Parts: sequence; structure tokens; C-alpha cells
Amino acid sequence: MIHSLFLINHTGDIFLEKHWKSVISRSVCDYFFEAKEKAEDPENVPPVLYTPHHYLVSIYRGKLFFLSVIQTEVSPLFVIEFLHRVADIFQDYFGECSEAVIKDNVVIVYALLEEMLDNGFPLATESNVLKEMIRPPTILRSVVNTLTGGSNVGDTLPAGQLSNIPWRRAGVKYTNNEAYFDVIEEIDAIVDKSGTTVFAEIQGVIEACVRLTGMPDLTLSFMNPRLLDDVSFHPCVRFKRWESERVLSFIPPDGNFRLMSYHVSSQNLVAIPVYVKQNISFLETGACGRLDITIGPKQTMGKMVEGLKVTIHMPKMVLSVNLTATQGTHTYDLTAKVLVWDVGKLNPQKLPNLRGSLSMQSGAPKPEDNPSINMDLKIQQLAISGLKVSRLDMHGEKYKPFKGVKYLTKAGKFQVRT
Amino acid sequence: MSASSAFNEEKMGSSSVGEAEYAYDPVSGKIFSSDYNRHDDLKEMLDSNKDSLKLEAMKRIVAMIARGKNASDLFPAVVKNVACKNIEVKKLVYVYLVRYAEEQQDLALLSISTFQRGLKDPNQLIRASALRVLSSIRVTIIVPIMMLAIKEAASDMSPYVRKTAAHAIPKLYSLDPEQKDQLIEVIEKLLADKTTLVAGSVVMAFEEVCPERIDLIHKNYRKLCNLLIDVEEWGQVVIINMLTRYARTQFLNPNLNESLLEDGGSGDKTFYGSDEDEDDDEKENKEKAEAAALAKRKPYVMDPDHRLLLRNTKPLLQSRNAAVVMAVAQLYFHLAPKAEVGVIAKALVRLLRSHSEVQFVVLQNVATMTIRRRGMFEPYLKSFYIRSTDPTLIKILKLEVLTNLANETNISTILREFQTYIKSMDKDFVAATIQAIGRCATNIGEVRDTCLNGLVQLLSNRDELVVAESVVVIKKLLQMQPEKHSDIIKHMAKLTDNIQVPMARASILWLIGEYCEHVPKIAPDVLRKMAKSFTYEEDIVKLQILNLAAKLYLTNSKQTKLLTQYVLNLAKYDQNYDIRDRARFIRQLIVPTEKSGALSKYAKKLFLALKPAPVLESPFKDRDHFQLGSLSHLLNAKAGGYQELPDWPEAAPDPSVRNVEVFTLLERVTTLTSVPEWTKCSSREKRKEKKVEKPFYSDSEGESGPTESADSETNSASASDSASDSEQSRSSSESEESDEGSESEEEKENKNKKKVVKKAVKESESEQSSEEENRKLEKKIKQQEKDSETVSDDEESDSESSQSTSEDSESEAEVKKKAPVSRTPPKPVKKEKKEMSLLDLDDFEPATSPQVTPISTLLSNSLVTDLEGLSLSDSVLAPSTITPSGTLKSYELLHRITGEGLSVEYCFGRQPFSPDANMVAVQLQFTNNSTSETKNLHMKDVKLQSGMRVKEFPEIELLPAGDTASAVMGIDFCDSTQAANLQLCTSTRKFFVSIQPPVGELMRPVFLTENEFKREQGQLMGMNELTEKLILDAKYRNEHAIVQRVTTAAHLSRVPCGSDNECSFTSLKPLA
Repeated sequence: MIHSLFLINHTGDIFLEKHWKSVISRSVCDYFFEAKEKAEDPENVPPVLYTPHHYLVSIYRGKLFFLSVIQTEVSPLFVIEFLHRVADIFQDYFGECSEAVIKDNVVIVYALLEEMLDNGFPLATESNVLKEMIRPPTILRSVVNTLTGGSNVGDTLPAGQLSNIPWRRAGVKYTNNEAYFDVIEEIDAIVDKSGTTVFAEIQGVIEACVRLTGMPDLTLSFMNPRLLDDVSFHPCVRFKRWESERVLSFIPPDGNFRLMSYHVSSQNLVAIPVYVKQNISFLETGACGRLDITIGPKQTMGKMVEGLKVTIHMPKMVLSVNLTATQGTHTYDLTAKVLVWDVGKLNPQKLPNLRGSLSMQSGAPKPEDNPSINMDLKIQQLAISGLKVSRLDMHGEKYKPFKGVKYLTKAGKFQVRT
Repeated sequence: MSASSAFNEEKMGSSSVGEAEYAYDPVSGKIFSSDYNRHDDLKEMLDSNKDSLKLEAMKRIVAMIARGKNASDLFPAVVKNVACKNIEVKKLVYVYLVRYAEEQQDLALLSISTFQRGLKDPNQLIRASALRVLSSIRVTIIVPIMMLAIKEAASDMSPYVRKTAAHAIPKLYSLDPEQKDQLIEVIEKLLADKTTLVAGSVVMAFEEVCPERIDLIHKNYRKLCNLLIDVEEWGQVVIINMLTRYARTQFLNPNLNESLLEDGGSGDKTFYGSDEDEDDDEKENKEKAEAAALAKRKPYVMDPDHRLLLRNTKPLLQSRNAAVVMAVAQLYFHLAPKAEVGVIAKALVRLLRSHSEVQFVVLQNVATMTIRRRGMFEPYLKSFYIRSTDPTLIKILKLEVLTNLANETNISTILREFQTYIKSMDKDFVAATIQAIGRCATNIGEVRDTCLNGLVQLLSNRDELVVAESVVVIKKLLQMQPEKHSDIIKHMAKLTDNIQVPMARASILWLIGEYCEHVPKIAPDVLRKMAKSFTYEEDIVKLQILNLAAKLYLTNSKQTKLLTQYVLNLAKYDQNYDIRDRARFIRQLIVPTEKSGALSKYAKKLFLALKPAPVLESPFKDRDHFQLGSLSHLLNAKAGGYQELPDWPEAAPDPSVRNVEVFTLLERVTTLTSVPEWTKCSSREKRKEKKVEKPFYSDSEGESGPTESADSETNSASASDSASDSEQSRSSSESEESDEGSESEEEKENKNKKKVVKKAVKESESEQSSEEENRKLEKKIKQQEKDSETVSDDEESDSESSQSTSEDSESEAEVKKKAPVSRTPPKPVKKEKKEMSLLDLDDFEPATSPQVTPISTLLSNSLVTDLEGLSLSDSVLAPSTITPSGTLKSYELLHRITGEGLSVEYCFGRQPFSPDANMVAVQLQFTNNSTSETKNLHMKDVKLQSGMRVKEFPEIELLPAGDTASAVMGIDFCDSTQAANLQLCTSTRKFFVSIQPPVGELMRPVFLTENEFKREQGQLMGMNELTEKLILDAKYRNEHAIVQRVTTAAHLSRVPCGSDNECSFTSLKPLA
């Protein structure tokens, strides 16, 4: 299966290598660098590469490439999914997954990689199990460790690996028992030049933060579970209960986790919270263009639209912009050719507007296509699909936990074509 | 072979690293010396006594390894610390050791003894980690040690250690492939393991070592299917992929009838768009009708095992792990009947929300699927729409899918989408879109003209790449019906002045040459222009100019003779030999000379022959001969170690190979939690199977008289029953929340076994009791097999019958086929007990249970005699032979191997224990299987739970070899189902054993008249009352069946009553 792993930063330096079988020379990465060169954009590097003796499977996360070397047939998704899991674990341990952080914690990283794979086959990938064996670094602990010469390696043995609910560690204790659930929905939409919706759907996730003592068994039920069309669960959720009763019954992992993700059935019309009136034009002569964008509320369900942000990838020939906004701030990244307009809250009385001129490289031909507008927004206390949690019950433990549900709607891949 | 190549590479790699190190010293001695010093001080730190210094040194060394620096010269210093007490240092030493052991084999051997000691540690986690490190050290000399360690660990009582053993198998195999045969034996043993922890790892080992030994899977097939949902996600992927291959060899093609038709029709479907004009639906209908007709002739019945696989994998489509979803999707694609494949589309579309790498792989697979099964993804068309922010790789794949999905009904929307794509700033993507439009146009006749017009408009696009791509595509389209489009050809002729992209120029020239009759005036002019610029053109353009000249010479020699001569002369002196060659060839062919060959007569035919239109087809066509989701599929080339997906067999191989003998389970059931025996079973199983099998079957055959076939039916039925059992047991374990956590895998497993056995026992009883009963049961089981997803009737009747023990819905499913065993009782039971104690009856009699129907005891006797005909020396048969009453289940207390020849069974005698009424009587049956006599058998109580009391049985002074003896002891379980842990002593040995009572055995029946009962019942309304409604299957609406089931489940007494359809039971818990 997975033979070796190389971590490569975006400039092409290999800063960590780990081999689970015999050692493979790092020169194997040259094939990857070649492909990277060819692809220009790191996102366009093919995830699977073929070399005479090996196969290279890579992912790109947080400006880092995780490159694994494979020698024999294996499902590519298996490797990709695992590499993402590695990145997730790093994120979980160190707060972020970047070169600096990995270099700082290289011993912990190495220990983690050692535990996660055995002979190239995944061994322990649950963060709860790993945390039992290798404690994540905290400032306090590192201070204490330097003073006392203590260690980050847990001296308890990972009993979690032995249980049949490997996602939860044993003997959890809290003074404040709490269970919070965030229902977060994202609107993916493509809106036409004329304002008609080409395609829209709602994808949701329920993120949970559960800090409960002992072995609680939770049951979460919805007012309108029929809305949910397609779902995928954390392994802790009992699928049979969902099939028969449409409730989520589970023994939760300790801490933060994603309980489920879902897709709202496409029969339901998707409410598009804002409309965009735009006019971007490039003049045939005179190397300049005009831009005029107004945003207004459409179907906001009476809630405030916040965190409004507009991102436009301009054509290469746009040199600079001269714009004025009635609200918020705008910036233009000259090298990446990205215009970002941070609007903030949407005031229905006074619609935000951005207008002005674009100056272009003289002599360059007029771009034939207008750039599309990517929107970002947030609506608090609303799940745009109308999904509602009706109750949360707990069995197996005697105390009363604090419970809470929060709703949030966000724009996902929300694109307005111009 | 992969191993050896890896080995070589490693050697090279390490040596190159070494060279780099040495290259240092001549250049600058200073750096070298400081380097040397640094290593020196690391050595010093490692030699020190302080753990913190050692730790610091190890951390620095590991950081060096991580950066890829060579730290091999520290090996002796590091390896000394392998036995270090500090766990963190130890772990880091392991990391170092595994990395460098291969280079320093001799020194690595020093550490081996540490691990060998670790293998014997009482802590399972230490055993496991010792094995893990030991097997990771790639030193050939220790192969025998590893082999021994793996074999030992494979029969370890801890599933975690066994899992590690499974992991170690491929490691050893890659080190020394000659061990294959021995390793297969270990794999076979581990495949029989019933814990989810082991399943994934052992299948992984199987795939790496002996994927061709499909016969090893037969016996474990159903078990793997049933365990699947509880296996960890990575294991699931491996198991599903393996089972896909397995199913391909064992079952019949569910789409056989359709695929025959498809083969007939598929050719024109993909090749000629015009045939597509026919309505798809219509076609589908026709196909269906034909399929139905075919099906009538040759009915296809899906093997229940095939169905089991499909059913058990389906929930995994909901997994959060993309690899699992993909694995299930490919399983359905390759194995499911056409009508059911659709379910995977939704899940795959969901994955498109994931990381772009995941999207990339999924889209590749979707592209292949859409070619074969277009309808599946049509509803999700819009999910494949492209965003400007997608990476180009993804865009092009989505485009591919959209093109594959295009048909008459959705083409207009798709073309509208394509129109926006053409304006994209990403030029590679635009080029791909134009290609896609071309493909839509060829496949769908109606839109051909529209597409062509659109493409012609693109010819005036400012971007040259776009124009060039359009030209190439238009050329292909025009070839289909050139006569209609001479104006387009004219238009393109004009483009030669502007367009510079060689491929496009070449395409235009070819078009003009090919259809010069349609543009007789323009063609010579184009040639004139080209002749002028000939020397500056690219090679492919030059070739096409020659081509054009030749064709014009043949059709219009008057105007073009001189031009052609000129061009040919230019070409004669070209730098490129291809062009010189072509010129020579053309000249010989077309210009008539005195000695021109016979060929020149046919020149016109040669050059202006009708050429077939090119076929625009997906690059994903025919990729589905690779297993979907595999690396080979992605690369469209066989990857090393790829296992070909076999074709469906013509005739199904014998399905009975998958039957698991129920009786092997029966035997194993007796191993209660006290004695683990992973080791001994499998080998003994085989020996026993035949022996045990016979009496049971011959018996039932004799009684019920069905033939061999019927016999095998029951057999398979009960096996599949056990399948449904464990499925239900999952649901049950789900409903019993609090238990699940504490319950270990083995326990669960044991329970399952017990259920099955109980069932088997019951079956045989009822078989004997009456033929009718027997048939009914068989029928019932068959039915169960059919709708095993619904709640089985058996279950209902049982939970009905157990109303007195536990009526709660929570454990309803659990109660099904057995008395609740070995676990904390469900709450309502406790309540029920309280309710009984509230009765406050003093006058209960020590009544034996009158319900143990004489029939059953009698029958069990006959069973006993039957079994006695067999070699009874095998103690494993003992449970059924020595049980005093057939309805009482006996449990194993001490296995004969653990007990060194002494085996002990126990059962709950359901007799009052006279010395102390609060105690439960436990009958013990000692059998001495050894050749020597056992002396002074007695019991000592150790580690009793608080409140528990034990009354020992009188010491047995002598138990001769081969003899049996029985004794009764009393245990006060103090109302709990906690196990009583005891120590069984002989003159020479001590054994730790434990007895765990089922809830039903903690009760004691009381005798009440109907009126008394009613009165007491009346006092217990409200809080103490539990009501549950159950719908009984017709077969269970007989009193006898209900009573029998209830009394087997719990020690109860029945209240005599007048009415027929009323049964009441009473009991008192022994401890007031």
C-alpha cells in the first residue's frame, strides 16, 4: 500500500520524509516536480502520477504537497483519503497544517505517522485514539516538560484501539457537561448573467462539540427529516436507526467532530438570499473598462445578511482599478489579478454599490469574456433549507447536560456569471 | 518481485546518501569535523544515565531521519537503549531501529531478544507493539523468529495482537516469499477469526500474499459480509474490493439477459449517432420486453449470498470516507442487477463536494460509468456544471461527463452551458469544450447543424487557439456530409490567410483537397497561395499542401499542373525526409511518365477514395474492463499487483461451499468467556464437523424423511439465518446503548454463536417432536430467509414468550433466541424483580418446574443415545451428552485443553439448593480426559463480588482417567448477572474459572392458583406493570410453543388457568 510519504512545500523543498517499508530515494520526487512545473498552478498537478517503478499520489493542502509513493495496485481514493486524514490530524494537533508548524513539531509528527500506518496500511486514524498515545502539544505542557523533563508520549496504553467504539476514549470527565450542535448550510449556486438561477443546491453539515462525561448515548431528532435527501455519517451514527426512524443515534466522540453531512433534496426550491446587479464592460478602444455592481436582498427570510464579500478574478490585462464603494472596503491584488470587495452587512435601505473604471494594458485585445463574480455571505440563526432539530436525548448517564443548537447559512460555491 | 526491486532501490538510495556525506570531507574538513563532533556529542548523550538527555538526543536523531539525513553511524549507540525504561525514548529507538536495521543487520540482532521478551508480556498492547517492531525489522536472518512470533500471535487471545499478526504477514512475505505456504496457513486461521478488529487486516494480508486462493474465502464469506459494517473504514475498502472479485467468480451475472441484448445493440449505439435518433426510452422498453421474454425462458434467481453482499454493503454508501463509498459503488457497478445500480449515483455525486483530488478520481470513474449506464447520472446533470474556479483537470473531466450524458432531451441545456464555457479565460478548457461540442454533434443528429453553425461562428473568434480547435472539429464534422456545406468550406479557405496554428491550417488544406469538387474555383487559388509560402510552413502543413496539390492535379490538371510541379520540386529539396519521400511518391503516382507503374492508373481512386468519417468517442470507452476505483482504471494501464476482475462464470459454482456448519458453532459455544481458544478450534473443527454432522442429520432425515436436498436446504437456511441473526444483533446492540460500550467483541460473538446453537438445538428438538413441527420450522426459516430484513417472526414469538423476563422494547430484539446472557440486565427486568419481591410470599414451595415437558426430556434422551453411538471420548461432544435435561443449556467452565485433560461443564439445574434457599444450584460435570487420574478436586473462592456467596461442592477425591463425576454447588449471585470468579483446584493445579448466570436462571418459580395470581397481579398495577403487544406468527399461536420458549428462557412456573388463550407465569427471585 503506501510505501513512503514526502512532505513538500510550495517551492519544491522536501522537508520531511517517512518510509513504512524499505527506504525509497527521494529522487523519485523528480517526476512530481516535473509535473508540477508543467501544471503551473499547484491545483492543477494531477493527483496520480505514473513513473517507471512507482506511482505517486499527492494532495495539496495548505500550500503543502503530501506526496505518497505507491508500488502496487491500490485504490487511489484510499490513499488520497488517508493523506487528507493525515492533514486533518495535523490540523487537529497543531491548530494549523503548515510547514513551520510541522518543522517545529517534527518528533510528534513522526510519531503520529508511525502510529497511523503499519507497513503502509492504516492502523489508527481516529484522533481520539492517537491523542491517547501521543499528547498534542500545548504551551503549558511544553513549559512543564522543559522544567520537569516530562514527555509528550502518553504513558497510558491506547485502550481505545481495543474497544469497539474506537472513536471515543474511555474515562472522559468534565465538570461542565455540554453538547453543542452547529447546523451549517451552504448554498451552491450558479446564477446567470440575467439573474436566473442555472443551478442551486444546499449542502449541509452538522458540526458537533460534545464534552460529556462517561459513555453518553445521544439521540438527535429533526422536525423535518424528510428534507434530507442524501446523508453521510460519522462512523458513530447507527445507520439502522436512521433508516427506520430517521433519528441520529450515536455514542459521540469526545470533542469536536462532524456528525453528518447532508444534501437537501433537489425538489425543494433553493432560496437565493441576494441578487447582484452588475455591469462589467471593456471598451473596444482606449484600454479601459467599467465596472458597476450593486447587491440587494432577495430571499433572506427576514434575517440579516452578514459577511458579504465579493471576489472577482479579473482577466490578465487589467492593470489596475479605480473604484469607489458606498460601503465596505475593496482591494485589488495586482499580481493575482483578484478584486476583493469586503462589504460587511447588507443594509436593505441603502444597497451597497461598487463602481468605477478598470485600466488595462494598452494594446492588449479586449477580453471576450467577463469575469464571474464569486459571492461570500453569512446568515446567522437560519438554516436556509428550513431544517430544524427538534430534540436531543441522552441515555446512559445520569447528569443533565447543557444542550444547544446553532444555525448558520453560508454561501458555498456561489457564482454569478457576467 | 516488488520487494526485491524495492530492496535494490533502497541500496542505491542509501549508498548515494552515503556518498553525499563523504563528499563533504575533502571539500571542507571543518564542516566535516564539526559534523563529526556533533554526532559525538549525541553519542555521549545516549550513553548518559539521564533519561532526559537520552530523550533529547533521540529527538534530534529522529529529526535528522525525518529530514532525510543519514544517521546510521549512531546505530550502536542507539541500539543500546532499546531496553530503556522510559517509554518515549523507547518509542524513538524503535523508530530508529526500523529505519536502519536493514543497513546494520548484525547490530540489529542485538535488539531481537528484547522484542522476544516483549512477545511474552502479559499486557496485550506490549505484545502487539513488540511484534510490530520485530516484524518491521527487515533482516533476513530473523525470518524464522518472525514466523514463530506470527504463528504464536495469530492464536493470541487478544484480538489486537491477532490484528498485529495479520499486519506482520505481508511484511514477512515481502522479506522472504518462500514462507508463503506457512503464511497462508496463518492467514487461513485468521480468516476464521470473528472479530471486526482482525477482519480488515487479515483480508489485506490475503490480498498481498495469496489473492489467488479464493477458496479460503468460501467458509468466511458470510461472516465477512456480516461483519463488514463494523469493520474500521480502511478494512472495509479492502474487504469490499476482495469480495467484488470473489462474487465475480462465484455467482451468475444478474444482467446476463440484458447484456446479451446490449452486445447486439451497443455497436451502433455508440458509433453512429443517427441510430440514436430512435427514442431512447423506446429502445429501453424494447430491451426490457425482450429481456423479459428471455428471462421467461431462463429464469434467473439471485444467489442469496449474492443478495447478502449487496444488502450489507449498501449502508456503506453513507460512509464519510470517500474510499469506502467508491468501493461500494464499484461493487454495485460490477455486481448488481441493472435496476439497482442507480443507488450509487447519489453517493458519488456527493463526493464531488469533497477535495479536488477526490473529485478527480470520482469523476474519472463516473465518466466510465456514464458510458455504460447513462441513465444513472442523468438526474444529476447539473451537478457536473463547471465553475470558473474549478481546476482545469476537474473542468475537463466534468466536460467529459456532460458530453457522455448528452442526449436528445437535454442537449439544448448542455449546449447552452457549453456556450458559456467557450468564453472562459482558461484556453485549454475552451479547446476541450469545442471538442466536446464536436462529439455531441456527431452523437446527436438533430443538433449537428446547430453545433456546426456555432463552431463556424467561433472561426471568427479572436483567439487563435479557439479558431484552430474549431477548424479541427469542423473538419471532422464536415466529413460526415460534405455536400451540404460548401459555403463553410469556402469560409474556411479564407481563414488560411490569417490562421497560423499548423494543425488548423493542415485541417483546412485537407478539407479543400478532399472536397475540391465542391469549391472548384477556390481550391486552385489556395494552392497558389500555399505554394508561395511553402518553405515557411510547418511539416504537417507541407504534407497537406502536397496532398492538396496531388488531388487538384487529378481533378483539375489544367489549372494546377504547373503549380503542382512547382510544389513537388520545392518538396524534393526539403530538409525533412518525410516530405522528400512523400513528394517522390506522389510524383511517381500522378505524373504520367513513360515507365509509370500500374499504380498510376489508379491514382485517382487512391487519392479520392471515400473516406469513412472519423469516430469521435470518449477516451473512457472500454475502460470498464478494469475494476472501477482501481489505480489501473485511473491510469488505463495495468498497475503492478492488479488483480484482473474475472468474468462471470457460465454456470454458478456450488453454493454450498459457503455453508458454515452450525455444529462447529455448537461446539464452540461452550467456550464461555472463561476460556479463550482461538487456537484449537479451527483444526479440530474440521475433524469434528463430519462426526458431529452425521447424527444430527441422519436423525432428522430418519424422522422427517426429506431427502438430501431438503437437508442441505435447512442447512443453508440456518446459515443464512445466522446471517440475519447477527444483523439483528447489530440492531439490538444498537438499541441497548449502555451495554454496547462495555461489551467486548468476544462476548458479542459468543452470544451470536449461542443464539445459533440454541436455535439449532431447538430445531432438532422440534424436528423430533413431530414431523409437522419440523416442516413448519423449515418453512418458517425459508420465509425468514426471504424477508430477513423485516423483523422475523421467530423473534416476535420469542419476545412474546419472554414477557415475564423482559418485556421492554429495548431488549426485545436481544431476547429473541436466547435468554439474556452475561450482561447487566435491562432495567425493566429489575423492576420486574422488585415487583415479585413485593408479593412478599413466604409460602413458596421448592417446586420443580412442571413445565419441562416430558416430551422434550424424552427426546433429548433419544438424542443422547444417538450421540452415544459416536466416539464419546471427544469431550467436545460432552455438553449434549451429559446434560441432565435436554432443555437445560450447559456451559463450559473449563476446557479440556486448558484444564490439561480435565474438562468441566456446568448448567443451572433449576433445582432448589437445599443448604441455602437463596442460592442458585449449579450442576457441575467433571470429565477427566487425561490418561492419569485427577485427585482432590475442590473449589476455592477468589475475588467474589461483594454480596456474593458460594457454597462449595464436596471435594472429589479421585477422578479416574476417562471417568466423569458430577457435583452440585450453590452460588448466591446477589441478584446480579455479574460473573462469579472461582478457583478450581486439583492436587497439582489451579484453574481460574468464572460462572455467569443468565437472568432467567436467577429466578425461582412459585406455585400460585389462578385466583391467587389474579389477586397478586391486581396489587401490582401501575408502576410495576409492563405491557407489550406482540404480533405472533401463525405458527406460534400455539400454547405449547409459547410455553416451551418461555420456560427455556427463564426459570418460571406456569399458573394453571382455565382459559385457553391465556398464559401466566410466576417467579420469585431467590434472594428476598
